[in-house]
Amino acid sequence: MSYEFLQNYWWCLVSLLAGLLVFLMFVQGGNLHLGNRALDEKRKRMILNSTGRKWELTFTTLVTFGGAFFASFPLFYSTSFGGAYWVWMLLLITFVFQAVSYEFFHKKENLLGSKAFSIALMVNGILAPFLVGTAVGTFFTGSDFVVNKVAIADASAPVISTWGSGWHGLEALVQYHAVLLGCTLMFLTAILGSLYILNNVDDDEVSAQMRRSIKVSVFPFLLFFIFWAAILLVRPGYAVDSEGVVSMEKFKYLHNLMQMPVVLAMLVVGVLLVLFGIWKGGFTASRKGIWFTGPGSVLVVMSVFFLAGFNGTAYYPSCTDLQSSLTIANSSSSYFTLKVMTWVSLLIPFVLAYIVYAWRQMDKGGISTKDVEGTDKY
Amino acid sequence: MDVVIWSRIQFAMTAAYHWLFVPLTLGLALVMAVMETLYVVKKDKFWKKTAQFWMKLFAVNFAVGIATGIILEFEFGTNWSNYSWFVGDMFGAPLAIEGILAFFMEATFFAVMFFGWSKVGKKFHLASTWLTGIGATASAYWILVANGWMQNPVGTTFSADTVRSEMASASAFWEVISNPVAVSKFCHSVTSGWVTGGIFVVGVSAWYLLKGRHLEFARKSMLVGSLVGLIGSGAVMLSGDSSGVHAAEFQPMKLAAAEGLRDGGNGAAFTVVPGIKIPKMLSLLATHSFNGYVPGINDILNGYTDNDGNAVPSVADKMARGRQALDALAAYRNLRESDPEAAAAAKAVLDENVQYMGYGHLEKPEDVVPPVGIVFWAFRFMIGLGMLIALVLLLSVIAVWKDKLGKWKWLLWAAIICIPLVYLTGQCGWIVAEVGRQPWTIQGLLPVNVAISSLSAGAVQTTFFVFLAVFALFLAIEIRIMLGAICKGPAVEPKNE
Repeated sequence: MSYEFLQNYWWCLVSLLAGLLVFLMFVQGGNLHLGNRALDEKRKRMILNSTGRKWELTFTTLVTFGGAFFASFPLFYSTSFGGAYWVWMLLLITFVFQAVSYEFFHKKENLLGSKAFSIALMVNGILAPFLVGTAVGTFFTGSDFVVNKVAIADASAPVISTWGSGWHGLEALVQYHAVLLGCTLMFLTAILGSLYILNNVDDDEVSAQMRRSIKVSVFPFLLFFIFWAAILLVRPGYAVDSEGVVSMEKFKYLHNLMQMPVVLAMLVVGVLLVLFGIWKGGFTASRKGIWFTGPGSVLVVMSVFFLAGFNGTAYYPSCTDLQSSLTIANSSSSYFTLKVMTWVSLLIPFVLAYIVYAWRQMDKGGISTKDVEGTDKY
Repeated sequence: MDVVIWSRIQFAMTAAYHWLFVPLTLGLALVMAVMETLYVVKKDKFWKKTAQFWMKLFAVNFAVGIATGIILEFEFGTNWSNYSWFVGDMFGAPLAIEGILAFFMEATFFAVMFFGWSKVGKKFHLASTWLTGIGATASAYWILVANGWMQNPVGTTFSADTVRSEMASASAFWEVISNPVAVSKFCHSVTSGWVTGGIFVVGVSAWYLLKGRHLEFARKSMLVGSLVGLIGSGAVMLSGDSSGVHAAEFQPMKLAAAEGLRDGGNGAAFTVVPGIKIPKMLSLLATHSFNGYVPGINDILNGYTDNDGNAVPSVADKMARGRQALDALAAYRNLRESDPEAAAAAKAVLDENVQYMGYGHLEKPEDVVPPVGIVFWAFRFMIGLGMLIALVLLLSVIAVWKDKLGKWKWLLWAAIICIPLVYLTGQCGWIVAEVGRQPWTIQGLLPVNVAISSLSAGAVQTTFFVFLAVFALFLAIEIRIMLGAICKGPAVEPKNE
C-alpha cells in the first residue's frame, strides 16, 4: 500500500462517514415535527420515540467523523476547528442540548419544562445541518487562514494555523455560495426526517403529515441545490499541481466532474435516488422512500467530497494565502498511522452489520401508540 | 488572564465535568449486567425489575456523559490547535478507533438495552446490556491510550519536514497501545468506575433500608453493589501501585509534587500528612525497593543520577539544548530549499537535541514545577477517601452476609455519605494526574503555552461561561431526575417485598 493510496483511501472513508452523517441527520429533520401544530401531543411523542431510538447513532457518527478527520487529516482539524471557532462551538452546543433533551424531555424534574427541550431539539434540527452544510460549503469558497509550520519554533507566536478574520468562522455566513449548501442540507435533512418517520411510525395521521411536509420541503430543497450546484460548476477552483503548488483554475469543479466519470456517475445516481425516494414517499402511498433518498444522499455527499479533494484539488482552500491551502497530500497523517488505521477500518463492515441487525430487531413493526405507553419510552 | 489560562480552565472544567458521569456509567453498567444475568440464569423476574430500576438511572447519567464527551473531542481542535497538529498523527488514531470500535457498540446496544425489553429475546437483551458496558469500557481504553501517550510519549519521532511527532513504524502502534502508563491508567480509571457504581448502588440501597422501603430490593442490590465496589477497590489499589511506579519512572516531577518532596534521596519517607512520615515507604512505593532513589523537586531542577546510574541533566541544560533544537528547526525549514548543505547541518543539530525541544519553550527552570500544594493535597484526599470507601464497601458485604443491616444504621449513613465522597475521590485522582504533569501537554515535548489556538482570551472566556451555565443546568436537572426516580423507587412486585 503506497502512501498516496492510503491518503486517498482515508479521504474516501471520511467522505463515506460524512455521507452517513447526513443520512442519519434524519433525526434532526424529524425533530422539526415536534413543532408541527397539526399533530397532537401523543403523535409528537411517537415521533420523539422514533428519532429518540436512533439519535445515538447520529451522534456517534458525528463523533467518529470528527475522530476520523482528526486522525487522518490532522492539519484540517487543527486549522478549521482552531480557526472557525464560533461555527464549531455553535454546532457543538446545539448537539450537546440535543443529547440530553430526549432524557430530560418528559421528566417533571427537568426545571425548564418540556417546551424548552422541544425547542432545543428543533434548534438543533435547523442549525446542525445548516452549519455543517455551510462549513462544507467553504471547501469550495475558501477560508481566511495562513499555515506557517515554522511558527512553532517562535515562542512569542507559536501557532501554526492562524485565522485572518476576527469573526472566527462566522464570516462564512455571508459567503452566499457556502450558505446555499447550508440551506440545501437543512431542507434535505427535513425531507429525510419526514421520510424516516413515514417509514418508522405506524400512524395514518402522522403519515399524512409527513407526506405534506415532504411536498412543502422539496421545492426549496431543489431550488437551493440547483443554485449551489450551478454556481459550483462555473466558479473557479483551487487546483494543485504535482509539486503541491496551488493556483486558481477556471471551471475547476466542472473539470473535476468531467475528468472523474465515476464521481459523475455517483452524483447522478445519488441525485436520482434522492428524487425517486422523495417522489415515492411524498407522492405515492409507499412508506419506503427513505431507503432511496437515504443512500442517494450518501452518494451525493461522497461525490461532493470527492469533487473537493480529488483530481488535484485543494479541499480546504485558503483565500488569503493560496499556498496555505490544505490538500489530501499536505494535511494527512503519516504513512504508518494511516496504515494502522486502514487495518482497523477493515472492521467497519462488521460494525455496520451489527448496527443493521440491531436496527432491524428494534424496528420490527415500527413505532406505534403502545411504544409511548410503556415504561421504556422517552 | 491570557488565552492559555482560559483554555486550560475551560478544558479542565469540561474534563472534570465529564468525569462526573463516566465512572457511574462504567460501574452501573457492570452492576446492571450482573443483575440481568441473574434474571436470565435464575429466571427470577425480581432481578429483571431490579436491573430495570438501575437502568433508568444509568440512562440519565449516560446521556449527559455522551453530551460532555463530544465537547472534549471538539476542544482538542478548537482550543488546542497546535496540539492537534503536533500530535494528531498519534493522538487522532485512538480517537478514531474509539469511535469505530467502541462508540458504535455503546450507542447501538444502549438502544436495545433501554428500549428492547419487549422487542428482542432475553438472551439478545442480556448480550446488549453486557455489550453496552463493554463498549463503554473499550471507549475508556482508547481514550486512556491517548492520555497515557501524553504522559509517556512512546513510539513516535519528531519530523522536521512535517513539524510534528509521527508514528515511527507500524509496530510502534503496538508500543502506543501497550504503553504501561496507558494500561495502568485504564485499569485504575475503569476499576475506580466500579467503585463509583458500587458505592452509588450501596448508598441508594442504604437510603431505602433507612426508610424501610423496598427492603428485599435494597438488600440484594446492596450485595451486588458492594461486591462490585469491593472488587473495584482492590483493583484500584493494585493499579494505583503501578501508577506510582510509572510516575517515578516517567514523570518524576509529578511524584515529587504529589509528595511535596523538595530534596529526594535513597530510602525516601512517605508523608502521610505534614509532620507524619513513614520511613522508606516512598522509596518502596516508587521503586519497589526500600533504598531506591527518589528525586525531589530540587534534584530534578539541578540534575541527578537515576536508579540505573544514568545522569539526568538539569532543567537549565535541557532548556539550552531545547533552544538549540528550536533554532536548528527554524534554520532547517528556512534553508532546506535554498541551501541543502546548511539545512543538513541544522538538521544534525536538531536531531542531537530534539528530545529536549519542548524545554526550549520554557522561560525559566521553575516552569517545570507544577502547583505543589494542589497536587499534594489532592493525592492525600484521593488515597484517604479511597480507603474509607473501600472500608465501607467491605463492611457492607459483611453486613449483608451476616444480616446486620438492621443493626448497623451508622453504616447505612456512611454509605450514603460516601456517594458524594466517591466523586470527590475521582476528581482528586484526575487533579493529581493532570495538574501534576504541568506544564506539559505532552511530557517533555510540548508545553501548554505552545499547544494553543490563535484565539483571543475573550472568545474562550465567553465559551467558558456558556459551558459553565450549561453544565450547571444539566447537573441540577440530572440530580433532580435521579432523586425523583430514587424517591419513586423500583417497580418490584409486592410479593418480593
